[in-house]
Amino acid sequence: MTTTDTLATDSVEPLIQVRNLGNRFGSNVVHEDLNLDMYPGEILGVVGGSGSGKSVLLRSIVGLQRPNAGSVLVFGEDLLQLSSEERARVERRFGVLFQRGALFSSLNLQENVALPLIEHAGLPRADAEYLGRLKLALAGLPPEAALKYPAELSGGMIKRAALARALALDPEILFLDEPTAGLDPIGAAAFDQLILTLRDALGISVFLVTHDLDTLYSICDRVAVLAQRRVLVAASLDEVAATDDPWVQEYFHGPRGRAAQTTAAVKDA
Amino acid sequence: MDIAYEGEASLKSQLGLQPGRVQIDGQRLIVSGAWILQYYQHLRAEVAAAQGTTATEADGERSIDLDGIAALDTAGAAVLIDLLGHGWLEQSSTLAQGLAPERRRLLQTVAATMTDSLTQSQKQASLLLMFLAGVGQRTQAVLRQQWQLFGFTGLTLATMVATLTRPRSWRITSMVAHIHQTGPNAVPIVALLTFLVGAVTGFLGATILKDFGATIYTVNLVAFAFLREFGVLLAAILLAGRTASAFTAQIGSMKANEEIDAIRTLGLDPIEVLVLPRVMAMCVTLPALTFIGMISGIAGGALVCLVSLDISLFQFVSIIKRDISLTHFVVGIVKAPVFAAVIAVIGCLEGFKVSGSAQSVGEHTTSSVVQSIFMVILLDAIAALFFMQMGW
Repeated sequence: MTTTDTLATDSVEPLIQVRNLGNRFGSNVVHEDLNLDMYPGEILGVVGGSGSGKSVLLRSIVGLQRPNAGSVLVFGEDLLQLSSEERARVERRFGVLFQRGALFSSLNLQENVALPLIEHAGLPRADAEYLGRLKLALAGLPPEAALKYPAELSGGMIKRAALARALALDPEILFLDEPTAGLDPIGAAAFDQLILTLRDALGISVFLVTHDLDTLYSICDRVAVLAQRRVLVAASLDEVAATDDPWVQEYFHGPRGRAAQTTAAVKDA
Repeated sequence: MDIAYEGEASLKSQLGLQPGRVQIDGQRLIVSGAWILQYYQHLRAEVAAAQGTTATEADGERSIDLDGIAALDTAGAAVLIDLLGHGWLEQSSTLAQGLAPERRRLLQTVAATMTDSLTQSQKQASLLLMFLAGVGQRTQAVLRQQWQLFGFTGLTLATMVATLTRPRSWRITSMVAHIHQTGPNAVPIVALLTFLVGAVTGFLGATILKDFGATIYTVNLVAFAFLREFGVLLAAILLAGRTASAFTAQIGSMKANEEIDAIRTLGLDPIEVLVLPRVMAMCVTLPALTFIGMISGIAGGALVCLVSLDISLFQFVSIIKRDISLTHFVVGIVKAPVFAAVIAVIGCLEGFKVSGSAQSVGEHTTSSVVQSIFMVILLDAIAALFFMQMGW
């Protein structure tokens, strides 16, 4: 949290610049004139009601969804303007954790993580699987889990394994789509700490879509609120919580918001 | 702290970094360059070359210079820890001045995860042992599969009987929907295939029987073959490929999505809701398709007779009327509902065996097609023996 002030200044070039983004599905307009910046090294939390287009925003940034309007600049390059080879090169600098893990069900965990290493880094299988086991251990999985298949795992282990795969190529930006959804509070808190540790140790930036207020309070440097088809406010948590908007007020000052705030305050003290 | 964040990540993206190097200068170990994933193999070779020299072994007296490291990521950190040893980080707090705090944290994080269990290699059993184990497993699997099939057939029959007395729980809509899916859409392919096989049978008969001057019996051959065997067998094999696989995929994806569990917790019986309508639908569809198959097979034979043997259509039909009794048709068509039930039951059972992964859906779909075709041909052979012995 200490990094907020130094990072949010204009002197630092944003890693991701979303400008006037527009997305619609048929007559359903999801985004309109959406602007968002993400700075190097920060953990940016993206919140919003169900159906407010958080996942669509994530998909637009990583290039899975072609926006109807606007531009997305990642590392200063517009993904939509690049040739497919250049895009693949940029995409290798992303790590994405999907909401339900999206692990390959026909591969065991170490093969799941080793796959990008073999394909992109050109490592021999034995080396790739060794690094795969290392990443799995880094994500907090026990060594014997490496040979298991996704179908044999609990929800929390799937999230950890998916994180290990997202980290496989040592990405510079980590996109996490609701990483703590469906985890028990202890597991969720441990996952939060894990992300924080990895960010500090590896120096990655994290784009975090979440509903989890505890996650917001415990690890996010900045929070962006998605409402009314755009980013309503993107600032530090205190500033966002002070925003004069009924939805934001209810979100942060409703019963759950207050509880999370109290917990975070106790933890800080 | 922002400088630290810019460090690893953005540096790595710059091209033209020198790959990591290890230099030994007396008791000094100089580590420099980029220790990142793309140089992983180079780094491993570098470390392997440096290991075993005095500087890497003499723990107490060596000094380590990490100033020159341009970039470091988890893969590089793992190699670096291999070089320096696990114990080094703890005793090194004062030794390595050039180590930035975030790099130290990275090294510590990676070192903490690098236990011996990471390098464990799976023991390869001997080939003979693996072969024997495989034979055993397969035999067991086949036996278990047959056992399950008997059990599931029994369960389906029991549920069917129990449902008979409760017309309210007959799922007419579902059954009609399945009839629609499995029946009308399969008519063109069944008709075409049997027509072609009928024509081929006609040609075979014409060729062989010519030597005996008995080409007229081609009519009997075609009619006999299609009424008794080919009509039902071809229709059943086609449905086994078309419908058993569809049933397995449908029920398998429902299983993977926990829909079957949802049906159970809602107090419904999955057999009654999912299996019975499919079995009943097949029992309606396959006899109908069998009939179509018989007709178009005989039509194919008739065409060949007309074209290459000069047997007119009128003559063809009158020969059939004279020589072929209704028994042959009955012998053929009674097999249809049995085959239908077997195909549907196997398709559904394999669907229930799916265990969540996409791989598993594929495996069980394959298995259901193979099994149902096998069972259809096996039952047909048994039935043929039986009917021959009975003189029907």
